[in-house]
Amino acid sequence: MPSVRFRLNGAEMDVDADPDRSLLDILRGPLGMTGPHFGCGAGECGACNVIIGDRAVAACDTPLWSVADKDITTPEGLGTAERPHPLQRAFIAEQALQCGYCVSGILMSAAALLMRNPAPSGQEVKQALDANLCRCGSHNRMVRAVLRAADEMAAR
Amino acid sequence: MNPQTPSPPPAKLPLSLAANPKLSSWLKFSAQGQVTVTPGKVEIGQGIVTALAQIAADELDVDISRLQMVRASTATSPNEGVTSGSLSVQQSGRALRHVCAEVRQIFLGLASERLGVGIDALAIEDGTISGPGNVRTSYWELAGDIRLDRDATPDATAKLATRRAQAGNSIQRIDIPDKVFARPRFIHDCALPGMLHGRVLRPVNSRAKLTELSEERTRAIAGLVAVVRDGSFAGVVSETEHGAEAALAGLRKGATWSDGEPLPDESDLSAFLKTQPSELTIIDDRTPSAAHAKTRTIRRQYSRPYIAHASIAPSCAMAQWNGDRVHVWTHSQGVYLLRADLALVLRLAVENITVEHMEGAGCYGHNAADDVALDAVLLAKAAGGRPVRVMWSREDEMSHAPFGAAMAIEIEAGLDAEGEVVDWRHSVWSNGHAARPGRAAQPALLAAFELANPFPRMISSDPPQANGGGADRNSVPLYDFPSWRIESHRLKTMPVRTSALRTLGAQGNVFAIESFLDEIAAERHEDPVAFRLRHLRDERAKDVIRAAAKRAKWRPDKQRGVGHGIGFARYKNTGAYCAAVAEIEGEKDIRVRKLTLAVDVGEAINPDGVINQIEGGAIQATSWVLKERVRFDRQRITSTNWTDYPILRFSEVPEVEVEVIQRAELDPVGAGEAAHGPVTAAIANAVFDCLGVRVRDLPITRDSLIAAMELGS
Repeated sequence: MPSVRFRLNGAEMDVDADPDRSLLDILRGPLGMTGPHFGCGAGECGACNVIIGDRAVAACDTPLWSVADKDITTPEGLGTAERPHPLQRAFIAEQALQCGYCVSGILMSAAALLMRNPAPSGQEVKQALDANLCRCGSHNRMVRAVLRAADEMAAR
Repeated sequence: MNPQTPSPPPAKLPLSLAANPKLSSWLKFSAQGQVTVTPGKVEIGQGIVTALAQIAADELDVDISRLQMVRASTATSPNEGVTSGSLSVQQSGRALRHVCAEVRQIFLGLASERLGVGIDALAIEDGTISGPGNVRTSYWELAGDIRLDRDATPDATAKLATRRAQAGNSIQRIDIPDKVFARPRFIHDCALPGMLHGRVLRPVNSRAKLTELSEERTRAIAGLVAVVRDGSFAGVVSETEHGAEAALAGLRKGATWSDGEPLPDESDLSAFLKTQPSELTIIDDRTPSAAHAKTRTIRRQYSRPYIAHASIAPSCAMAQWNGDRVHVWTHSQGVYLLRADLALVLRLAVENITVEHMEGAGCYGHNAADDVALDAVLLAKAAGGRPVRVMWSREDEMSHAPFGAAMAIEIEAGLDAEGEVVDWRHSVWSNGHAARPGRAAQPALLAAFELANPFPRMISSDPPQANGGGADRNSVPLYDFPSWRIESHRLKTMPVRTSALRTLGAQGNVFAIESFLDEIAAERHEDPVAFRLRHLRDERAKDVIRAAAKRAKWRPDKQRGVGHGIGFARYKNTGAYCAAVAEIEGEKDIRVRKLTLAVDVGEAINPDGVINQIEGGAIQATSWVLKERVRFDRQRITSTNWTDYPILRFSEVPEVEVEVIQRAELDPVGAGEAAHGPVTAAIANAVFDCLGVRVRDLPITRDSLIAAMELGS
């Protein structure tokens, strides 16, 4: 089987698997990364979003071959409790979730937005998160949290 | 007892505690400075575990970080039934507060003996008990000598509200860091050692039977452990999740199904609901104390469609057999209730089954959580003692899980010459709103209906009125009309599977009542807020209406293309009070710009948690009102993905402002379902204010607006 090389959260990876398998399947299966969540399998909900380059994409909809030589960030690569990403700090400060199943994908979309646009407006945040579904109704808190993180990053 | 000497009525234990009186079933202390708390209610994203921790920390006077909150399990937790109905703070919270108050007294009693100081002179700070002359001991020092395997007594008294340090504060939820740092916490992410993966094959056509199954294409798939078939129940077990998906795809190709059973006509649900065989219950009947001169009668019909729970995560469960014992991990809302149904299906004693909770995504009622647990148990039988995790597909989640029941509601009001309501009739036609497991002599789990030796399909029923009712929930108006008759027609057929969805029938009934009231007020040229206040006697009800109206600057000046509406309800007529003002923009499509709400839950244990629940409820209700409707043709559910079952997106979400009226002296009630009815009605009333059109059939979409306009012209 051909192998596909990419960088995952900064570490070089070499995966031997059918290149048509979805990235989500590879991440959650052989690579044991449970940060990206399965929601629909059709790229419609954003629960499995990861960052490839500077864009958030649905990993369930992304074939393995297409990430060859790319930089991939999963929610695990965003930050840790010891060294949190400003977004993670802001989501805690704003208590910006209820069940939290969609949050890992939303953090990815938000992080990709802040890479491209460090000072987004509320409207721009909503646009950036529009492909992510949240069923609990925590949207407004999440938007506030993203803006708060952007402020914090600007102040540094 | 001697009947001649009447004794005062005994003080009563809180409900959950009366059912589980043993103190040790709620709390344990360790010498190492930890308190283990084992409530029977479960975390479903509503923050209950944090609220319960606040209550325990307050009553025990320990730092909240000393509490270890244990997930509910039939092996270790009190049986608190189901986590639903916005009752967790009310039931579990009151029980835990009582237990902690009593345990605190027990410790103080022993400390007083040891230290030679009267109980009243002792103080507790973070578990350290101290008294005059610098004497001290602690829970941790005394823990070994305290026996908590005794029953709670009714006379323990909790602290005064004013002396609680934690309750009333918005502390951060204890489950959130894991979720933000992507640490495995959801059942979907927790792998057991040696775990296999299972998938179940379900028909496309409603209730089709599996007539033939060729396993040929499946056998060759790498990693296959077993193909399981029992009647129309079929599934695969594989070493990997990828292998399980591939094996399922193979199995699907080899399956032949019967035609299935017909579904109703989706385009006229009210006609369907009103023509089915049904059971009539008179919910309430109020006869007038004086004769009122009725000069005319007006009648309106409202409806809401079937609504999907539509969790972001497909339902998931794990099971592992060990001889004739099985351990189940589930995100069910009721571990004991699920266990009871599993025992029925497996014909096994409940003692052989352990059901343990693990967090899933928000469920919003009875979704497929329980169904998938039985799936996992059945597939795990073929796993040779290894654990099996089963997850449903998005399509199955949107078509095979129970839905919130469609409702047709007819209200008729008799008006006098001044346009005042003199009598009122409210009739609901609906399937029952509850078919939860563990409540009947037959199981409620999907696979049980599919086995070769099947159990009959359960027809949903309605909880008794004392528990808030089902289809009839909130059908009795809180307004002081002189007479009324409220009736509920529960369908005895059930072609579309229904069970509990957040608020049960309350969303539909409040939509109907509050829309109709608005119409009557408008006819009288009376302000809808003033009209409601004039017909309410309960000051707490009036307070939330006044607060929401004031905050929304009611009544804002009329602007072209913008409308405002109000809705109010007290959930179940016994729970939280909530009023909502909606501001909408309406041209081709309706956009909700802002929702302003006021809520009174009695004592708000975690005010930010209450706000979070109300905000979430308001946004979810907006989604129901503007977008949601389960779609089907005569053979099958067709809304099986997010394109065909759209929900509200970030760009469509209204601004939400919530005012909590804190009443620390009153018993707390839940907040999770208070907003849906008022918000639904407020949006519908704002649509009328904006466009002059009454939409009486939900959802309010471009199509339903056009239909309502045609009807009105």
